[in-house]
Amino acid sequence: MQIVATLTWLTFHEARRRRMVVAALLLGGLFVGLYWLGLQAIVNEMNNGDVPFLVRQGAYNFLVVAALYVVHFLTVMLSIFASVDAISGEIATHTIHTIATRPIRRWQIVLGKWLGYVLMVTLYLALLCGGIFAVSWLAAGYLPPNPIAAVGLLILEAIVLLSLSLLLGTQFSTLTNGVVLFMLYGLAFVGAWVEQIGAFLQSSAAIRIGVISSLLMPVESLWRRAAYLMQLPLANAVPTPFTSASLPSTAMVIYAIGYALLALLLALRVFGRRDL
Amino acid sequence: MTNTSAISTEALRKEYGSNVAVADLTLDVPRGEIFGFLGPNGAGKSTSVKMLLGLVQASSGQAQVLGTRPGTPATMRQIGFLPEHFRFPEWLQAGELLDLHGRLAGLDSATRRRRSAEVLELVGLSEQRTRPLSGFSKGMLQRIGLAQALIAMPALVFLDEPTSALDPFGRMLVRGIIRELKQQGTTVFLNSHLLGEVEATCDRVAFIKQGRVLHTMPLDSSTTTQLVVELRVGAAPPALLAMLEQFTGNAVQIQPPDTATIPTNGTTTLALLLADPTQLPALAQHVIAHGAHLYALTPRRTSLEERFLEIIGTSDSGQ
Repeated sequence: MQIVATLTWLTFHEARRRRMVVAALLLGGLFVGLYWLGLQAIVNEMNNGDVPFLVRQGAYNFLVVAALYVVHFLTVMLSIFASVDAISGEIATHTIHTIATRPIRRWQIVLGKWLGYVLMVTLYLALLCGGIFAVSWLAAGYLPPNPIAAVGLLILEAIVLLSLSLLLGTQFSTLTNGVVLFMLYGLAFVGAWVEQIGAFLQSSAAIRIGVISSLLMPVESLWRRAAYLMQLPLANAVPTPFTSASLPSTAMVIYAIGYALLALLLALRVFGRRDL
Repeated sequence: MTNTSAISTEALRKEYGSNVAVADLTLDVPRGEIFGFLGPNGAGKSTSVKMLLGLVQASSGQAQVLGTRPGTPATMRQIGFLPEHFRFPEWLQAGELLDLHGRLAGLDSATRRRRSAEVLELVGLSEQRTRPLSGFSKGMLQRIGLAQALIAMPALVFLDEPTSALDPFGRMLVRGIIRELKQQGTTVFLNSHLLGEVEATCDRVAFIKQGRVLHTMPLDSSTTTQLVVELRVGAAPPALLAMLEQFTGNAVQIQPPDTATIPTNGTTTLALLLADPTQLPALAQHVIAHGAHLYALTPRRTSLEERFLEIIGTSDSGQ
């Protein structure tokens, strides 16, 4: 466990030394700050005019979900960019040689890195989402339903992507890994829209395409579920970009957990057997 | 395979698809030996080392390192490794890199601090402890790599081309370190194609080509039986030559005078082959007793380079 902890620490240390932490915190802070300014302006406007309570709640809700959509997008980017080079890069530069010849098991290297990235992205998501919820509460006195569950789903998105990225990194070059991850994400993104439109048009073939793409890459459907959970029941009945006509079920969440777990276990196993 | 072997392999083989990297590696390196692994580029030296370190799985054959299977944590606890392509996380400071490797090797914090200082001193980088590796020259990186390999007091050290990036001072330093390791009883597996370096440090060498050991030979002068002796005398009358031929049991050659480098001053240089270096004092006595003027008596081992070309070259002609 000490070995895994050392390698986890190393991942954090690298992010800090390479100024990734500073950059992410600064830009994250900027994002939350801008969001605050914008929200405050809207709140002032609403307070001046005579806007009905329900309309106001609907607007605040839309704004929080929109901000979280940005965070979801950042989660995808951050998870891929942070980890895509983690294993393949060290193999390509031979940095792995001196680490792997220490009295440790290979899987400890992968698990240490995985834990490092998961903790880092989780912490960052908690800060960003916490910031948005805090701003919404302070400026508008509004909190969406199920905030914790929504953040949990975003964290699960990160875990799915990080696990898959490390698995692909044990086999492919950094470039191939990145291309595959983005293609899979693109597929899931388009698939999700096909599924939504299919649900409106009641086309079972379109829904099936969406489900299959979500099975290949469950990240987008996790976001759909998070957005659904955070919206008012009324808002979910009105079509907006965040409305889910076809709602990803809890089975999809369980599937995503299994997907991540399997990817991680495979990564640990595959890396243990490959030639370095 | 015995327990006194640091490394022992039997028909070790590695194939990558249809490409055979190592064909048949059979080796035995006793504990405490400085072992030189010689061969041309692409002979399979690095792949062999990687198999012995568990980085690469052998396709077939047997290998034992320090009495156990290669690559197990118990084995690796006693092993240090400086790879050929040494690369380290450049955002770490020199001291941090050593601390990291100490941690991974399972050293406690007091030992890590002590050993870090010791190995930094050993490779002459004590002043650079808090400097980030990103600012290091290639030679400094190779030195810190050597320090890293030695941090956990290994019983067996693999050095893959350890002086490839070093200047002559750095090379001297590494030679000194290898000699020090020998005194401590550490086994050193030296992978190199710098023959002079191998000659200066190794007890024994193996010549490898296309993943096969062609020849192994000791380099220690006490075990080398034959040596060439150069004898410079005032004159070489037939009686002296006859006496020398009788003494050595071999033909004596009169060397053509090499006036370009050494003024002959009327002397003659003879080359003769001695069966054993212990005959050297007796040879001198015989020459003087014979009444000849002895100017120089220089024992010369055949250079490793000559042997290398001979062994690798011979097998080449057969391909």
